[in-house]
Amino acid sequence: MTSRITSQVLDQDIPKGTSLWEDALVRLRKNRLSMIGLGFLVFIMIVCLLTPWIAPYGYEEQNLRLGAIPPSMQHWLGTDTFGRDMLTRIMYGGRVSLLVGFIATSVALLIGVTYGAIAGYAGGKTDAFMMRLVDILYALPFMIFIILLMVVFGRNLLLLFLAIGAVEWLVMARIVRGQIQSLRQQEYVEAAISLGLSPATIIMKHLIPNALGPVIVYTTLTIPNVMLLEAFLSFLGLGIQPPESSWGLLISYGVETMEEYPWLLIFPGLTLTTTLFALNFLGDGLRDALDPKASRD
Amino acid sequence: MWRFIGLRSLQAIPVILAVITVTFFLVRAAPGGPFSSEKAVSPQVQAALEAQYRLDQPALQQYISYLTDLVQGNMGPSFYYPGRSVDELIFQGLPITAELGLYALLIAVIIGSFAGVIAALKPNTMQDYVPMSIAMVGICMPSFLLGPVLVLVFGIMLDWLPVSGWGNSYGDKVLPSITLGAMYAAYIARLSRSGMLEVMSQDYLRTARAKGLPEYVVILKHALRGGLLPVISYLGPAFAALLSGSFVVETIFQIPGLGRFYVQAAFNRDYTMILGTTVFLSTLIVVFNLLSDIAAAWVNPRLRYQFKK
Repeated sequence: MTSRITSQVLDQDIPKGTSLWEDALVRLRKNRLSMIGLGFLVFIMIVCLLTPWIAPYGYEEQNLRLGAIPPSMQHWLGTDTFGRDMLTRIMYGGRVSLLVGFIATSVALLIGVTYGAIAGYAGGKTDAFMMRLVDILYALPFMIFIILLMVVFGRNLLLLFLAIGAVEWLVMARIVRGQIQSLRQQEYVEAAISLGLSPATIIMKHLIPNALGPVIVYTTLTIPNVMLLEAFLSFLGLGIQPPESSWGLLISYGVETMEEYPWLLIFPGLTLTTTLFALNFLGDGLRDALDPKASRD
Repeated sequence: MWRFIGLRSLQAIPVILAVITVTFFLVRAAPGGPFSSEKAVSPQVQAALEAQYRLDQPALQQYISYLTDLVQGNMGPSFYYPGRSVDELIFQGLPITAELGLYALLIAVIIGSFAGVIAALKPNTMQDYVPMSIAMVGICMPSFLLGPVLVLVFGIMLDWLPVSGWGNSYGDKVLPSITLGAMYAAYIARLSRSGMLEVMSQDYLRTARAKGLPEYVVILKHALRGGLLPVISYLGPAFAALLSGSFVVETIFQIPGLGRFYVQAAFNRDYTMILGTTVFLSTLIVVFNLLSDIAAAWVNPRLRYQFKK
C-alpha cells in the first residue's frame, strides 16, 4: 500500500503501466495478417447484418427466363439456374452460416467454461471423474453422432446449434479446467474463501475473468470449426434445408452444376474459404497476443 | 508396457458399450417407424413385419437380443434393402473405405511430416512460410470444396483423371485420395513443425552436434523421433476424422464405400443400418485411438506411468 504522495510522484516519473489487455492489443495490432483478418470479418458481418436492406435483389426473386448467366453488370456474381442473383444468395446464406457459427460456439462456450470451471475448482475425485468423462467423450466419433441426431430428431436449425455446440465444448472444458486449477492456488482466491464468498461467486467473479485470455483465443478458433461442420452437414443434405440457405448448401448446389456454370461453385466456395482463413488468422494472432506461452500447432 | 496395454484396453470396453446403448435407444426413439410408409398394409402383414424385426417385444428385451446378436457378429437385416443383412452391406463397403483411408493417410503423413520438418529446419524463412501458408489453405479449404475443384481442373478442364468411381478405370483412385488426405496433411505439417521446433532447441541435440555427427544424422536419428511424437498421437483422432471425411469424398466421387452407405442410410431412414454402421464405426475409432495411445506410449515411456499409482 503506497501512500498518496509516493503514488503521485510515481505517476509523474514513470510512464503509465499497461494492463494485460492493452499489452495484448498492441501485440495484436502489430500482426498484419490478423488485422486484415479482423477487418475482413467486420466487413462480412456488417454486410450480413444489413443484407435485407442492401441486397441488390430480393431473396425469393427469380427469373426463370434468365436462367444461369455468368457475372455481369446487373448480376455481379452471376445468377443460378433459377435466375436468382448469386450475390444476394451468398449474402443471405452468410447470415445463416455466421449465425450457426456464433450460436453453436456460444453453446460450446457456455457448457465448456461451466464444466471446466467446476472441475478445476472442485479438484480431487470430482475433478478426476469429470475429466475422465471428457476424455471418454473425446474418443467418440461425434460426426457420426451429429448425423444420427439429425436423422432421429429431424433437421431443424435449433437442433443443429445444440448438436454442434455439444460436440465442441470438450476442448474448451479442458483449457478452462487447467487455467482454474492453477489460479485456484493464488492468494487472492484464499482471501476470497476466507471472506466467506460462495464457490459460485469466486468462480464467476475471480476465476473466470482471469482465465479469459485462453478462452477468447480458443473461441476464435472454434468458430471456423463450427462453420465448417455446418457446411459439411448442409453439403450432405443433413444440415440447413431449403428455402433456408447457407454457404455449405450453396456449395453443394454449385457442385451439381459446376461443369456448365462454374461460378455457382467458385463464389460461395471462395467466400467460405476466405472467411475461415480470416478467422484462423485472427485466432492465431490472438493466441500470440494473449497467450504467448501456448505453442502454435 | 504390458500393464499399460492391458489397462488401456480395459478402458475401451465401457466406451464401446455406452456407444451401443446410446445409439440403440436413440434410434428406437426416432419418430416414424421404418414401415410407416404411404402404403397401408393389413394388420397381419404389419404384425408379421414387426415380429420379423422384433419390434413387437419390449424395448429392453430388444436391446438384450441386439447385444446377444452383436456379440455373435450379427447386426440384423437391413430395413431398406430387403433380404440383405447389415453385416453384408458393411463388409461390402469396408474394403473400399479402408483402401481410400489408407491412401489418404499415407499422403497426409508423408507430405505433411515432410513439409513440417522442412519448415522447422529454417524457421521464419521462405522455406518455412511457403509450406505453412499452403498448409493454412489446406485447413481452410473443406474437402467438399477441394474435391469438386480438383474434379473441375484435372477431370474436366485438363481431362487427365477420371472424375468418379473406384477401381473401374485407370487412375480413378488419385483424386479421392488427395481430396481426403489434403486437410490432414495440412494438420500434420503444422504439428510436425511445432514438434520439431521444440526438439531442435533441446540439449541432447546440441550434444549430438557436439559429438561431430553430420547434420542429417542429427535430424533423422535424433530429432525426428521426438519431433514427430505429436504426429503419432494425432493419428488416432485423424483416423476418426478420415472416416467422417470419407462421407463427403465418397459422395462426391460416387464411391460405393462405407461412408456413402452411412449417408444413404441416414436419408433412407434405414434404422438397422444406421445402428449397425454407427456401432461398427465407433468401435473401429475407439480401437484406433487405443492403438495410437499404445504407439505413443511405446515411443515415449513417460506416458506409460499414467496407470501407476
